[in-house]
Amino acid sequence: MRWIAFLSLLTFVSALAVVVVRHQNRLEFREVRAAEKLRDRLNDEWGRLQLEQATWSRHNLVEQSARQELGMVTPGPTDIVVVQLEAAQ
Amino acid sequence: MIAFRLPVGVANFSRGRQWFVVGILSLGMAVLLGRTFQVQILDSPRLQAEGAARQLRSIAVKPARGRIVDRNGDVLAVSTPLDAVWAHPPTLVQSVADRSRLADALGMSVNQIDSLLDRYQDREFVYLRRHLPPAEATRIESLGIAGVSSLREYGRYYPAGPITSHVLGFTDVDDRGQEGIERAFDNHLAGIEGRKRVLRDRKGRVVEDIESIRPVYHGRDLQLSLDLRIQVSAQRHLAQAAHEHHAAGASAVMLDVQTGEVLAMANVPDFNPNKRSDISGERFRNRSVTDVFEPGSTVKPFTLSMALASGRFSLDTSVSTSPGIHYVGGWPIRDVHDYGELTLSGVLIKSSNIGTAKIAMELAPEKLYDILTKVGFGQPTGVELPGEQGGSLLKRERWRPSEHATLSYGYGLSSTPVQLARAYSVLASGGILRPVTLQRQHRPVAGQRVLSAHITRQINFLLEKVVSPQGTARRAAVPAYRVAGKTGTVHKPSPTGGYEEDRYQSLFVGFAPASAPRFVLAVMVDEPQGKHYGGEVAAPAFARIMADALRMYGIRPDAGVDSGVTIVSHTVGKETGA
Repeated sequence: MRWIAFLSLLTFVSALAVVVVRHQNRLEFREVRAAEKLRDRLNDEWGRLQLEQATWSRHNLVEQSARQELGMVTPGPTDIVVVQLEAAQ
Repeated sequence: MIAFRLPVGVANFSRGRQWFVVGILSLGMAVLLGRTFQVQILDSPRLQAEGAARQLRSIAVKPARGRIVDRNGDVLAVSTPLDAVWAHPPTLVQSVADRSRLADALGMSVNQIDSLLDRYQDREFVYLRRHLPPAEATRIESLGIAGVSSLREYGRYYPAGPITSHVLGFTDVDDRGQEGIERAFDNHLAGIEGRKRVLRDRKGRVVEDIESIRPVYHGRDLQLSLDLRIQVSAQRHLAQAAHEHHAAGASAVMLDVQTGEVLAMANVPDFNPNKRSDISGERFRNRSVTDVFEPGSTVKPFTLSMALASGRFSLDTSVSTSPGIHYVGGWPIRDVHDYGELTLSGVLIKSSNIGTAKIAMELAPEKLYDILTKVGFGQPTGVELPGEQGGSLLKRERWRPSEHATLSYGYGLSSTPVQLARAYSVLASGGILRPVTLQRQHRPVAGQRVLSAHITRQINFLLEKVVSPQGTARRAAVPAYRVAGKTGTVHKPSPTGGYEEDRYQSLFVGFAPASAPRFVLAVMVDEPQGKHYGGEVAAPAFARIMADALRMYGIRPDAGVDSGVTIVSHTVGKETGA
C-alpha cells in the first residue's frame, strides 16, 4: 500500500515534469525559429545585395564608364614598359 | 444509474436532506447531458469546421539552393526568395465574391481560377501563381480570402545572363537542375528539404511553429574555375566574329595550361537564362562540349610530333609536295597551292596536306593512332557537363592507305572544341595531358606525360611561325606577346555522305605567351559566309580574347623590344641589401 502511494507520487511528479519540459521545448523552438527567421531574412537580403552588386558591376557598364566618363584606353605595346629586375652583384 | 443507498447505522437521518442531495446531483446531471447534447448534436458542424481550421499540420520547408561563384568569387548564380500563392480548393470554391477579388489580384480571369478549382476539387492543395515577389504575395494574402495562402520558395537568378548561360545551365520551376552545371552538381547545390509542424488558422495561415520534425539543410555553394572577366571577353568577341561572318554558330574554350581548369567556355547563339520561356532547345546546346567536327589541319602538329619522335625525321627533312595534288589509293589529296619542295617545318607552316600525308605514310598507321589517342582525341575530356561528346577516332584492324593519309591531316576523326583545347594544352605544357575540369583547383595538377619536352619545344617553335607575318595566321598575333597556334579550315560533312562544297568550319587553336604558356584557347566558327579560312575568321577572335586574358592576368610581355615595348633593367639588392 505504501509502495503504491510512493509510485503514484513518482508518476505524478514525472507527469508534471513532462508537461514542464514540453512547454520549455516549445518556448525554445519558438526562439530557434525566430533566430532562423532572422538568419533567413539576412541571407535573403545578402542575396539581394549580391544581385545588386552584380548588376552594378556588369562588365559592359564598367567598361562604358571607364571609356566614356573616365576616358580610359587599352594600353598598346608602346605604352608597355617591362622592368627587368636584376640582382646586384 | 447511481446507487443511492443510505449507509447502515447512520443516525439522525432526515428525509428532507436526502431529497436535497438527490436534487442537486440530478440537476448537475441534467446540465451535463444538456451540454453534451448541445455540443454533440446542435453545434457539431460549426465546431468540426473550427477544429479543422485550427490544425496541426506538417509542412515542407524548402531549402535555398547554393550559390555558384567564379574563381574570383563573383556571383554567377544565386537563389532569391520568392513566394508561391496556393489555395485549398474545397474552401475557396465556397465563395464566388472572393474568387473575383482574387482573380483581380493575381491578374488571372475568374474562369481560369474556376477551371483550376474544378480540376483539383478533390485535392487539398493547388498552386495559383508561382515565383511572385514576396511583397506581391503578402498583398494577396492580406486580402484575407479563405483558403488562399502563400509558401516560401526560391527563384534562380543569373547575374551574368547570356554570358554564362551554356556552362551554368538552369533549373526548373521546382529548383531542380536541368542543364549544365546546375544539373551536374544538383546534389551539391540542392540541399535537403525539411519538415516542421505548425498550427494553422481557419484561413490556412501559419499561426505558430510548433516543432521541427526534420531540419532543413540549405544547399552548398560551388566555386567554378571560370573567370567571369575572360568569359565576358570570350562571349563578346565570339559573338562579334559570328556576326561579322554571318555564322550559324561559334564556340570558344580557354584552359589554364598548368591545371586543366576551364577559364572560359563561350557559345553562340546564346540565351538569357533569366527569361527563357520562349526559347527552343537548339539554343540551349553547349556547343563547346556537344558539337563534333573534323579538326582538319589542327591535327597536323601531332602527326609531325609523331614523325619527330620516330627519329626518322628532323625539322629539315625535305619532302616534295609537287604538283599540288597527290593520289593515295585513288584518293586525291590537295593543297591550296603547289608548294614544291618543303622541309618538315615548311609543311607545318604552310599547312600542306600532301606533305603531312607523305610523312605520316612513312610510318606505321598504329603510330598515328597512338599519338592521337594520347592527346585525347576520341575520348571525352571528363569535364563536368552533361551530354559531353567524345568525338570519334576509329581503330581499324587494317587501315586503308587513303584512311591513313586523311587521318594524318585531320579528316576521318572528330572532336569537340574542348577536346581540341585539351590536345593543344599538351603542346603548351611541354607534353603533359591534364584532366579538364570546371571546378576551381587549389593545388597543382600532376597530369600525365604523353610527349617529350624536346619534341613539343620544336613543334611550338613552328607553331609560333604560323602566327608570324609569313604564316597562315598572322591575324592571331597579340601585340607584345609571342603566340603559337594553328589554323584549320574544314569542309562540313554532308548528311548524305561526302563533304559539302561551300559549307565550312573555321578553326584556330593556340596558346600564349609562347615562352611560358599560360592559356590555351580553341575557337571554332561554324559556317561562316564569304571568308572561311581559319586564319581570317577564327584567328582574329582568338587574338582579341587572348589579348584580354593576358592583360587581365598581368602576364609579362615576352615579345621583346621589336614589338614596341620598352624594356628597362632595374638592379635590386644593392641599396637595400645589408
